[in-house]
This record gives sequence, C-alpha cells and structure tokens, in this order.
Amino acid sequence: MIPPHGGKLVNRVVSGEERDHLARDAQLLPRLQLNQRELADLEMIATGAMSPLEGFMDEANYRNVVDSVRLANGLVWAIPVVLSAKAEEDRKLRSGDRVALTDDAGRVLAVLEVAGCYQVDHEYEAQMVLRTTDEGHPGVQYLGSISPWYVGGTVHLVRRPEHTDFLRYRLDPKETRVLFEERGWKRIVAFQTRNPIHRAHEYLQKCALEICDGLLIHPLVGETKSDDIPAEVRMRCYEELIEKYYPKDRVVLSVFPAAMRYGGPREAIFHALVRKNYGCTHFIVGRDHAGVGNYYGSYDAHAIFGEFEPEDIAITPLFFDHAFYCRVCGNMATTKTCPHGSDDHVVLSGTKVRELLAKGELPPAEFTRPEVGRVLAEATRRS
Amino acid sequence: MANQPADMVTLKIPRPLYERLRQLIGGTGFRSVTEFATYVLRDLASHPRTAQESREMTEAELEQARQRLRELGYL
Repeated sequence: MIPPHGGKLVNRVVSGEERDHLARDAQLLPRLQLNQRELADLEMIATGAMSPLEGFMDEANYRNVVDSVRLANGLVWAIPVVLSAKAEEDRKLRSGDRVALTDDAGRVLAVLEVAGCYQVDHEYEAQMVLRTTDEGHPGVQYLGSISPWYVGGTVHLVRRPEHTDFLRYRLDPKETRVLFEERGWKRIVAFQTRNPIHRAHEYLQKCALEICDGLLIHPLVGETKSDDIPAEVRMRCYEELIEKYYPKDRVVLSVFPAAMRYGGPREAIFHALVRKNYGCTHFIVGRDHAGVGNYYGSYDAHAIFGEFEPEDIAITPLFFDHAFYCRVCGNMATTKTCPHGSDDHVVLSGTKVRELLAKGELPPAEFTRPEVGRVLAEATRRS
Repeated sequence: MANQPADMVTLKIPRPLYERLRQLIGGTGFRSVTEFATYVLRDLASHPRTAQESREMTEAELEQARQRLRELGYL
C-alpha cells in the first residue's frame, strides 16, 4: 500500500473519554466559526486526507507553501490550507491559546491549539497560488471574502461535521485503504472531477483502468461556484454510468469532501497528493485540470509535475490530452492518438450542452451517455 | 490537593524540568506549566504508537473500517 504523504496517515480524531473531556473543556473556550471550505478542510485534516498536515497552517508553513510549493519541512504541498479570523478578537490569539471551532449552527467540532495568528497579502497569495489576481476568478473572489488574518494550529476533532448527503459514499482515507487491500488491488487510479462524466472522461478512466487494478471515482462534493452542476445531480450521473457501463468489481465511487479552489496546476498537485493519502497509486490529469475560464493553459497542470522529482510526489500522474469521439476512427481518442481534424470530432462546449438540455434535447451519444444526458436534462428542467 | 476537581490528577515531574518549562512558556499564551504540559501530553497521546506501528492501523481500527465498509456495501 502506498504510504501517505509524509509517511504517516494523520489521525486528529479524538475518541472515548478523552473526547468527552475535551468536548466539555471546549464549551468554555472562545469560539471561531468555520466557513464551508474550512469545515471541509477540518474534516480532511482530522481524518488524514491532508497528511502530513495536523492542523491549519501556521505562518512558516503558509509562507513556504505560497513561495515554494513546499511545507517548512520540505515536503511538497501546493495549496495553503488555512483558517481565517472571523472577529477582531481572533487577531489577538497567541501561541498556546485554545479555541473551539464551530459550524454555523454553533456545534463545537474541534479544539484548535493555536500556533499563532498572522497577516497575509491576499493579492500576493492569489498571484502565487492561483496565478492571477483577476477578480473574475472564483478563487480570487474567495480570498476577497475572507480576512487577511489567518490562525494556525493543530486540531483535535471531537465531532464530525454534520452531513446529510452522500452518506453511503463518505469514506475516510483509512477506509479506502482498507477497501483497496481487501480487494487485492495494488495499482489504484483516482479520478477527480467537479463535472458530470462524459464520454471523454469515461475514456480516460478506462484507459487508466487498463493498466491498474482498480479505479476510484472521487468527485469533489464540497463548495463549488454557483454555476457548476450541483453535486447531487452529478452523483446521480455517476451512479447511472457505473451501473451500466463500468465493471463494478473494478470501480469504487466515493466522495471527496473538499471545496474547489479552481487553482489549475497547483490544485492538480494538491489533488494528487491527497489521493495518495486515500491509498491511490495513480492519478488522472486531463486537459485543464482544476481550471476555470481561460486562466490556465490547457496543459499547465501537466507541466507543473515536471517541476518536482517523481519521488517527491510519489503518486504517478497519468497525463491525458483532450479526448473526443472521432467519426473516422469510429472510437474515442485524443489528439495524441487520432490523426483526423476537428471537423471529424464530436466536441461540444459547455454552453452548447446547456442549450441542448434547456431545450429538452440530449447531447449526442458520442458525447455523453444517454443515461447521463437524461439526468442532466431532468435537472435542467427542474432548475 | 484540596479543592482539586474530581476529574483531575496530580503528576510529579523533577523540579529542574518544571523550572525549565516555566522559562519556556514565558511570553506565550500558556498561563501555567500545567496548561502547557497538558497541551504537549494531549498531542503526544493522540499519536501513541511507535514509528513502525504508526504506519499501520491497529486490528481494532482495521475491523472498524471493514465493518463500516460492509455496512455500506463495499465489502
């Protein structure tokens, strides 16, 4: 089984009497409410998905990650995982203080052992991490919505965030690892998505599955931008697809609770490292991975992997070019494997797909499976 | 000790260590050596296993994971 990033699967979940004691203590502590991204990050930190992180980044780790795509200890890490101050008094938090982290209903989820509070430059962070400061970028918008004061420290989780959706599909890293072992899988490829799976994505996954033992379809179900297709619609698409078109003994569908950063190349590294923590040995990186609009080059997310030694990432990226159905070849292909021109390819823009669905028409079967088309058409009708 | 809460216990450490810890926490947010020691020990206690063992789950954790996977229909 592939080791987690940093060599150890972090576990910051407190249980038993210690949990009861800490939860009681926490009632008397000052409180800091988490936003949706921070809630998801807390759960992933505590369950080891973000190994080796043991909490929200302190200043040293944050600045190293922003400046050099590494933690202070030299391990590769691409995206800041931070907790923003919510009130004036949060800025006064010092090393050694303890704070109760709550959800929006006031439930205490964790105790944060504060390492310190520090001020950041959001414009600099945006430029370095997102490669843009344009306010049209959703990641830049997120930074503009939070305080430039961050609170770092280790977390002790006493209560999981409340979930009412996808309960069957919420597997922690230790559970996916056990599952892969039980199935006898040695090579497991992960597929990250925030979109429905169309024929092109299916093709990439099945190409990858030809050289691996199992496929983890790991859709991101945390916070996304408002015009992304809702997670519950996407999950129905994935279920329909797997039911009819995938070998069930080779595929695991489980959800990735993270919020989307739309960080393109840096987020591709982040996505890969986290999937390593889930036990995956390979990771599909397609065209414009984690991109949005025209902020990143189509294959910037491939190129960034070349900035590191393979052993520093230690999960094998599988790079795929733009995929489509070719009428001449009579099959799915990419720009690498098809010699024909774009006139022979079935490619639809997102806008075109939405137009068809709004008219109650299904996209062509060469673009998307009819079962997926029907789910999307129904969702469009109801929206 | 008088007035000690029923759910607290007294630990003894060498006086030089206590003095060293008192120096360490000067200027930090820790209000007492007790508070600092509790913080350190609590963190240590959440990683009780050796380096070797920390790479693996205990049998109980493995079975708990398997049980959940069975309940969810993955196994």
